[in-house]
Amino acid sequence: MDLIKKMYKTKYIAYLAVFALAIAFPYISPNRYYLTVVTLGFIYAIAVYGLNLIVGYLGQLSLAQAGFFGLGAYTSGLLSLKLGLSFWLSLPIAAVATTTVALLVGLISFRTRGHYFVILTLCIGVIIHLVIEKWDSLTGGVRGLIGVPIPSSIGPIEFKSLESQYYLVLAFLILTIFVMSRIVSSLVGRTFKSIRNSEELAATLGINVMKSKLLAFGIAAFFTGIAGALFSSYIRFLGPEIAATHLTFEFLLFLLIGGQATIAGPLVGTLLASGITESLQFMQEYRMVVFGALLIVIVKFFPGGLVGATKSLKAKLEKRVNQRKKSGTNLPSKGESHAAKNRGFN
Amino acid sequence: MLLKTEALTKNFGGLTALNKVNFEIEEGEIVAIIGPNGAGKSTFFNLISGFYPSCSGRISFMGKDMTGTPTHEFACSGIGRTFQTTNLFTDSTVLDNLIIGYRSKTKMGMLDAIFNTKRARRDEGASREKAGEILEFIGLTEVKNQPVGNISQEAAKRLAIGLALVTEPRLLLLDEPAAGINHGETSELVKLIEKIQHSGITVCLIEHKMQMVMNLAHRIMVLNYGTKIAEGTPREINKNDRVIEAYLGGTKHA
Repeated sequence: MDLIKKMYKTKYIAYLAVFALAIAFPYISPNRYYLTVVTLGFIYAIAVYGLNLIVGYLGQLSLAQAGFFGLGAYTSGLLSLKLGLSFWLSLPIAAVATTTVALLVGLISFRTRGHYFVILTLCIGVIIHLVIEKWDSLTGGVRGLIGVPIPSSIGPIEFKSLESQYYLVLAFLILTIFVMSRIVSSLVGRTFKSIRNSEELAATLGINVMKSKLLAFGIAAFFTGIAGALFSSYIRFLGPEIAATHLTFEFLLFLLIGGQATIAGPLVGTLLASGITESLQFMQEYRMVVFGALLIVIVKFFPGGLVGATKSLKAKLEKRVNQRKKSGTNLPSKGESHAAKNRGFN
Repeated sequence: MLLKTEALTKNFGGLTALNKVNFEIEEGEIVAIIGPNGAGKSTFFNLISGFYPSCSGRISFMGKDMTGTPTHEFACSGIGRTFQTTNLFTDSTVLDNLIIGYRSKTKMGMLDAIFNTKRARRDEGASREKAGEILEFIGLTEVKNQPVGNISQEAAKRLAIGLALVTEPRLLLLDEPAAGINHGETSELVKLIEKIQHSGITVCLIEHKMQMVMNLAHRIMVLNYGTKIAEGTPREINKNDRVIEAYLGGTKHA
């Protein structure tokens, strides 16, 4: 019991520590390169949170996510480059536009299930990528969009420095995590999980499965669109490859490493995997071999990812503590459960 | 009249699983559907619970035409059901199963969840309260925090009935509720079904345990090869020659 209480206490201390570390990071980061890697990691993590809602909680594997990311990035980039809109307008417009496209896509693709849904979303991702690449007059084709402006300043707050952009992205990440954790812990989140568990049973209980799937898909696309918009104003150069399927699989890799259907998973996985990617730069393309091996180990031994593995370890510890406590005090637990079993219907 | 089917038909490819079945269920009764294996009993259930679309014919529930409406609308209108193979949310606890079962009666949406509004808290509270009520009713309060995989098969059967009850149905469809449980447990189950009927819910069940059906049902419909061959009180069905021929294999006293 004391140990469990202590565990909860450590949990809050850990949250605070992570938060403090995130705030202090620009000051303790040894160089600007690390700061860039982490900022980019945060941007990707926002998109991975979206993927987590669909794959982890709703149980539907969507492979269109990089397409949505590219859609958000290009919408925001084009609006600010060609129409001169401020980042603070182009970001929400990009998020809403991405959501709208995703809802239309969802209306079609959720008519299929299982493998067919996966293939259909993969195709949609490819289509979005191709449209961006081939629509030369609008998107600049393979040359891409150059010189997307940085976010305009709000009053005295400017976003010229790397540090200020880091804090901007951090704020969006915290907002994403907050919204996601509220959703998944609510009845709405329970509805998603029930669909993951058994679509038929959920429908039999009166749950509008199509509506719930569209809702999850829309929320996910909204945050993916935000991530894309943040990317465009941070990197300031957009090429069509940001909408390519390999980015979808990278998001999926981050999610699986961190742990699907957990709140910390997307962030942990994205930061860890981007860190490994950066430290394996010298291996160039061969670094994917390392990721391949890592993915096999994770899928085979830690299907819940790193966060899932930590959780089950904690549950095991708690169980052991509880058992020790029970056997230490009194033993009638066996008799009690027997009595409970014998109780009838009334 | 609670539920009415008119010439209800279902084909699977070339096979007619259900052929022009007319049937009525009155409010407050316990009705049983019997028939040999493959007679179309479960198909009939799947049609009147909206699980499959029918090929032709009409289904009306409380005077409302339900033909062609999606599955979840049937549940929202007040038709609850269980499945032949016990169907539960296996990755959650007994209590969580019942909480999600009440979801269709709650109104909160995404924005309520994000801002944790009054409505979100009220719906959450109402779901827990309703789940607690049903736990009490089906006698599973002691195991409410157990994962579904840890409870006995008989408890899982009761939970499946509870999951249908938590949607507050007017009509409860039970597909072979007594399959795979022993004699003593069956009599407890009969008590539970009677308790459900006394609480004002109409019950319709498919069952192979004849003794149980004869004791419990007010009225019985008999299906064979997808067609209704008889309908009546248990006493009438017992004496019906066509039923004896079809169901008991041609001998009068099987």
